[in-house]
Amino acid sequence: MKKLKIIWDAIIPNNPVLIISIGLCSVIAVSNSVKSALLMTFVFALVQIPSNVLISAMRKIIPNELRVPIFVSVIAAFTTIAALLSRAFFNPIYQVIKLYILLVVVNCIIIGRAEAFAYKNGIFDSLLDGIGNTIGYGLVLVTIAIGRELIGKGTLAGIQIMPESYQPMLLMILPPAGFIFVGILTGAIETYLKQKGGKK
Amino acid sequence: MSYLENLIKIFISSSIINNIILIQFLGLCSYIGLTDNLSSSIGMSFAVIFVTVSSSILAWMIDNWILIPTGLQPALQITAFILVIGSFVGLVELYIKKASPNLYKAMGIYLPLIATNCLILGVTFINSMTKYDFVESIVSGFGIATGYAIAMLLLAGIRERLRNSDLPSFFKGKAIAFMISGILSLAFLGFSGIIK
Repeated sequence: MKKLKIIWDAIIPNNPVLIISIGLCSVIAVSNSVKSALLMTFVFALVQIPSNVLISAMRKIIPNELRVPIFVSVIAAFTTIAALLSRAFFNPIYQVIKLYILLVVVNCIIIGRAEAFAYKNGIFDSLLDGIGNTIGYGLVLVTIAIGRELIGKGTLAGIQIMPESYQPMLLMILPPAGFIFVGILTGAIETYLKQKGGKK
Repeated sequence: MSYLENLIKIFISSSIINNIILIQFLGLCSYIGLTDNLSSSIGMSFAVIFVTVSSSILAWMIDNWILIPTGLQPALQITAFILVIGSFVGLVELYIKKASPNLYKAMGIYLPLIATNCLILGVTFINSMTKYDFVESIVSGFGIATGYAIAMLLLAGIRERLRNSDLPSFFKGKAIAFMISGILSLAFLGFSGIIK
């Protein structure tokens, strides 16, 4: 039960994107189509989970003064692996969101978790924390992407969903809608947590 | 088209048309986190302008003199850029801490994070992807950082005004900042097409 709480904490009460407002760049940028959102989540998982585990495994031998450069090198190695893998298997989508995949290396969520959690906790807990944060990040990203692609193009992952007569609202796949969607979700989750806290 | 004309074009396109925050969404962490106060957003903007320009110079040299001739670019680019820029920012941070403790205090947690600010690294990747030459890289870095400053100051000014206004409780806090950015971004979208 306590272990499950680690995952749950990262999904709703401490959601990295909506509550702490970090890692926003990629969320807003790649959420205009479901396919790129899924690839981004895949890349994020491929970097977040192993780097959390590896940093946690090395936490006793990492000197305190050198920890940030070491975290960054570990994360950079996994990002390179993830970028090369997605170039090999998902090249068409990779070419579109290349910049944001390379920039996973400076994603504040991953560095933040390494510093705040993996450096202080055991390997198994860090694994769970990595999974929780991946779900928390992916859930927000894919939710926004579904909303934007459905309204903006009438499709989901390239498949036509809305009827033929549907007039797509182009604004939704343009940049401004990303901000507006994140704003609405942030407001919603903060209101939810406030009401829940008020009942106690 | 003359070379100078080309440079002006790069500057305008990277600062306004492809505004790094509102159109390309890089550097959002500090954009949302630091803009509830006008003075800290000014300090951050100057720090970013300085670091961006110097790191585009550094990254151009690493890319063109070391990584491309040795053929290591695909495998080592990410690691090399982040380590060099990270250590450079570390030096700048030490300098500011010593030279101006007030500025250091004002920027709080975000100054250490400037090393991992996606904007700084993003600029170097953009320069390397579009294959800019040395001067073009500097101009593009300066333009992007200017765009960052414009967006920071716009949002900070608006949020200072909003502090005393009566908002619906749903939008209190960060939510309204996102909504404003959405509208600002809509305005900046209007600039697209100035340069073909």
